[in-house]
Amino acid sequence: MGGIRYFTWNDVIYLVEATRWTLLLSAIAFVGGGVVGALVTLARISRLRAMRWFAIGYVEVLQGTPLLMQLFLWFFLITLFIPIKLPATLVAAIALTLNASSFATEIWRGSIEAIARTQWEAAASIGMSRLQQIRHIIAPQAMRIALAPTVGLLVIVIKGTALTALIGFVEVTRAGQLVSGVTFQPLLTFSVVAAIYLALCLPLSTLSQYLEEKLHGGRKPHAGV
Amino acid sequence: MAVVSLTRVCKRFGALEVLRDVSLDVEGGSVVVVIGRSGSGKSTMLRCINGLEPIDAGEIVVNGRALTRDERALRQLRQEVGFVFQSFNLFPHLTVEHNITIGLTVVKKMPLPQAKEIAARVLGKVGLSEKLESYADELSGGQQQRVAIARCLALSPKVMLFDEVTSALDPELKGEVLKVIEELAREGMTMILVTHEMQFARSVADEIVFMHEGRVWERGAPDRIFTAPTTPELRQFVASTL
Repeated sequence: MGGIRYFTWNDVIYLVEATRWTLLLSAIAFVGGGVVGALVTLARISRLRAMRWFAIGYVEVLQGTPLLMQLFLWFFLITLFIPIKLPATLVAAIALTLNASSFATEIWRGSIEAIARTQWEAAASIGMSRLQQIRHIIAPQAMRIALAPTVGLLVIVIKGTALTALIGFVEVTRAGQLVSGVTFQPLLTFSVVAAIYLALCLPLSTLSQYLEEKLHGGRKPHAGV
Repeated sequence: MAVVSLTRVCKRFGALEVLRDVSLDVEGGSVVVVIGRSGSGKSTMLRCINGLEPIDAGEIVVNGRALTRDERALRQLRQEVGFVFQSFNLFPHLTVEHNITIGLTVVKKMPLPQAKEIAARVLGKVGLSEKLESYADELSGGQQQRVAIARCLALSPKVMLFDEVTSALDPELKGEVLKVIEELAREGMTMILVTHEMQFARSVADEIVFMHEGRVWERGAPDRIFTAPTTPELRQFVASTL
């Protein structure tokens, strides 16, 4: 962009265009985090103690350290051990996926634990294996409970992508830094950036709240006494 | 031949001995009713018989096979041992029909049309044919419990275990459930019932087992148990339930 110039509509367009990288990274982290999170959730509720401890440790480490630090750590770890220069995209995707997976695990573990133990017993009593119990009886009910907080997690993931600006990944926040660097209009620039985030996140938080209300007002998660 | 046979079964929850040397044989086609105070081990014994609770000592043989902790064997056994819970435990996210077919399609790998035929038949048996498409929370407690019984029946069990199945029901709803159980008894289903319904116990049982402090304290024909109890504990219990 070079040189000092005014903030124009072209900058707004540039920021909006950079948003697709925010979206792409969010999608990767959310879907990847979901898949990894599902596996870690299975480990978390496993009957094997070693699996459970692994899952607990995994979640504690990822939730007990700042995401920014995790980004730096992955960045330097990967550059140290892999000789070819990896794009920042890949480092960002790995760090955010793993971070998201730890939150997904906690949400889903909680949702599964909210299902009455008697549901497991009823499923076992008709001869279902542990996996069949999870797949046919527990997971479908837990998903209802998990829906609202999982949409909430997507909001956290989207906002989390902003930190990848610090390892050089050009998403909307980094784009904002670049624009404000050449226009010397940081307040205006970052207001636009904020508006973009808000436009992404607000509908999602609203959806999450709507789902939560619908769940609590609707069919009870389990019957009986 | 005994369909269910317990030999010197012991079960502890931590320091608490819930079952002490419990031995019991249940012949095919007979109805055994287990009575006793809360905490006497009745429900725990029932839960041990289909492996919901592992035992600490002794042996349980169902249908000629000893109960083990082996997952595969346990699943096989559970298809032959129906269990009806106090709190019904229907699957709330599934329709009544689906509650019944899921054991057949998922566990027995039966084709769905065939499973649906069975569901229709067992629902007719408990008098709820018209509730096929309902969900549990649209049914009364009595209806839910009858669906739960139908869910067990669908798997053609060799023996059915009833764990205080009317305790969670309003008095006016108990009758419809007890009637279904009576009907099953008439048809020769082997059953073990834990219940606090003494009138019902007396009318339906071939044998009554009185449990006290985790032991089979006294057992015998219903009339003898209720009219001529030999132990003071049973005498006291019978008196308290009149």
